Amino acid sequence: MSARATVTAPTTIMVPGDAGAVSLGAEAVARELARECHRRELPHRIVRNGSRGLYWLEPLIEVVTDAGRIAYGPVRAADIPSLLDKGLLDAGLREGGQHALRLGDIEGHEWLRGQQRLTAARIGIVDPTDIDDYIAHGGYVGLSTAATMPAGDIVRAVTESGLRGRGGAAFPTGIKWQTVHDQTAAQKYIACNADEGDSGTFSDRMLMEGDPFALIEGMTIAGLAVGATQGFIYLRVEYPHAARALALALRVARERGYLGRNLRDSGRDFDITVRLGAGAYICGEETSMLESLEGRRGEVRVRPPLPAIKGLFGQPTVVNNVVTLATVPLILARGAAFYRDFGVGKSRGTIPLQLAGNVKRGGLVERAFGMTVNELVYDYGGGSATGRPVRAVQIGGPLGAYLPASQFDTPLEYEALAARDGLLGHGGVVVFDDSVDMARMARYALEFCAIESCGKCTPCRVGSTRGVELVDRILASSNGSRTGDIELLDELCDTMANGSLCGLGGLTPFPVRSALKHFRDDFLG
Amino acid sequence: MTPDRSSIERCVDAAVTRTRNEPGPLLEILHSVQNQLGCVPAESVPLIADALNLSRAEVHGVVRFYHHFREQPAGQHTIKLCRAEACQAMNGEALAEFARERLQLDFGETRADGKVTLEAVYCLGNCACAPSAMIDGQLHGRVDPQTIAECAAGWGVPE
Repeated sequence: MSARATVTAPTTIMVPGDAGAVSLGAEAVARELARECHRRELPHRIVRNGSRGLYWLEPLIEVVTDAGRIAYGPVRAADIPSLLDKGLLDAGLREGGQHALRLGDIEGHEWLRGQQRLTAARIGIVDPTDIDDYIAHGGYVGLSTAATMPAGDIVRAVTESGLRGRGGAAFPTGIKWQTVHDQTAAQKYIACNADEGDSGTFSDRMLMEGDPFALIEGMTIAGLAVGATQGFIYLRVEYPHAARALALALRVARERGYLGRNLRDSGRDFDITVRLGAGAYICGEETSMLESLEGRRGEVRVRPPLPAIKGLFGQPTVVNNVVTLATVPLILARGAAFYRDFGVGKSRGTIPLQLAGNVKRGGLVERAFGMTVNELVYDYGGGSATGRPVRAVQIGGPLGAYLPASQFDTPLEYEALAARDGLLGHGGVVVFDDSVDMARMARYALEFCAIESCGKCTPCRVGSTRGVELVDRILASSNGSRTGDIELLDELCDTMANGSLCGLGGLTPFPVRSALKHFRDDFLG
Repeated sequence: MTPDRSSIERCVDAAVTRTRNEPGPLLEILHSVQNQLGCVPAESVPLIADALNLSRAEVHGVVRFYHHFREQPAGQHTIKLCRAEACQAMNGEALAEFARERLQLDFGETRADGKVTLEAVYCLGNCACAPSAMIDGQLHGRVDPQTIAECAAGWGVPE
């Protein structure tokens, strides 16, 4: 204690400002830490980083030392005095900071060691408010590179990287950019879809809160590539922490000349505006999002024309998800081949998977495509939180299929999941134990579709409600008479899948049919 | 408390002026009105419509489309409970049932004494810390009946 007080250089302690960590008490931890350090006259500096994505250990605080970042978690505000008593700020010394909550050097943690963090490389590491920290960790190398390249070459690099849209549709990003690039228009736009509405997903949120400059840089590169000068981030209103992080980062980027007119003396202009959604799941669908950005009801547009040709305010528009855009700087900085060399088949690069629901260790796992569900659920997740057997996972949000435990050998990549009548979507994996009633989950999928349908097309608007009624009728009727209605439900799914305008009505049959196929007994009572 | 006419006019005026140079500003204006007045009152609709050269039906249609916009002010306290899959997997339905009973409210309702509004939300992006709730604007993870019970008791909601 006395030796400590004479040292002038303050010790840096990272306390996540990530919404998930905050939801578990990180604000109180930061306050208590500051208060106690002041009282004890300990020179310190508290940085609010993003989350490393080990949510079962949040709030997870890190002491920055010469011997690495020594982590402690899960920390409650009440733990702060005892942590400081044990010499928290001396955690880098051999005898310092011994405490029951000590996890050691976080980089060596088994959850992180095997990960291949490319898109999420800086989340939890950098100070999300500090552009110099971003630059010190490889930020803005991609933009510097792109600024020296002809627009067509930027597009080519993205195409060659094999990057596909991480929002869920997995459309090749480079091809979309090429289409916008080839249009002649007075104004083009970059529209970032940050309406991350799928249950079980939070990678967009983590990235915007923990590494917002990566998204800003990615959008700026997209602007240079296709000739757009204005970007919009359509952010869901359920994400107030991300809204604050983005507002701050955008202001800093503007002040430092990374946005605005003639950015970094490149002779190019680009700026970004954040627009808030208003609690409509359908606005994650790209044309519905464009309608909403234009200030209207988020009703789906009929395609063609594609947004790349006639998008926001009728102009050619790149619509990409947060993770997609935030991956672009790395591709420009390290080269297309570097990124393409990760992954399998047509699923190139890495995917930030989000493990959630009834799981012991939930959080963010970024790896090359191809890891199996088994590895994710058991090796990373440690099985169910309740300790009961895992019965199913839902992959890809409310429109994704349920996979039974017997199919957990499925690799997490686009084609392998499609071959099992599933989809990867935005990479969310929700775990359910054996207490789950899959007929109820099928009913919920239809109910959710009914609540969130924009109402434009009949199969979705009416089909979803009729579907809920059908499931209710199946569950209420006597065993013998159920088979006919189950067939009818399957036919209804057929109509929705083939007749809906967009993915909401079109994909709701995935959870319903997968439940029917793999868990039929739950419908038979 | 429903806001009075003059404060509605002032609020709409300010929002319209601030977004004058922005394309398609209707949602921005509605957010601004709701942030300030606690809801988008029916009286504001014709004012907004006039300012943007839209029909009242168009503005009304937008207000009604989005779950976030409310036409009546919420109670003094609001619990937005996530009802989506990840939270269901962590016993979210039992939690929802408890909240309903303890607050004597169904989802989408406000208590007659004006103390609490209970709302359903579909994902707060906190799915690794399920079940989640937004309570008076603060995100809470691993919510259990006790969390709800303590809130209710603290707000003086009779048992």
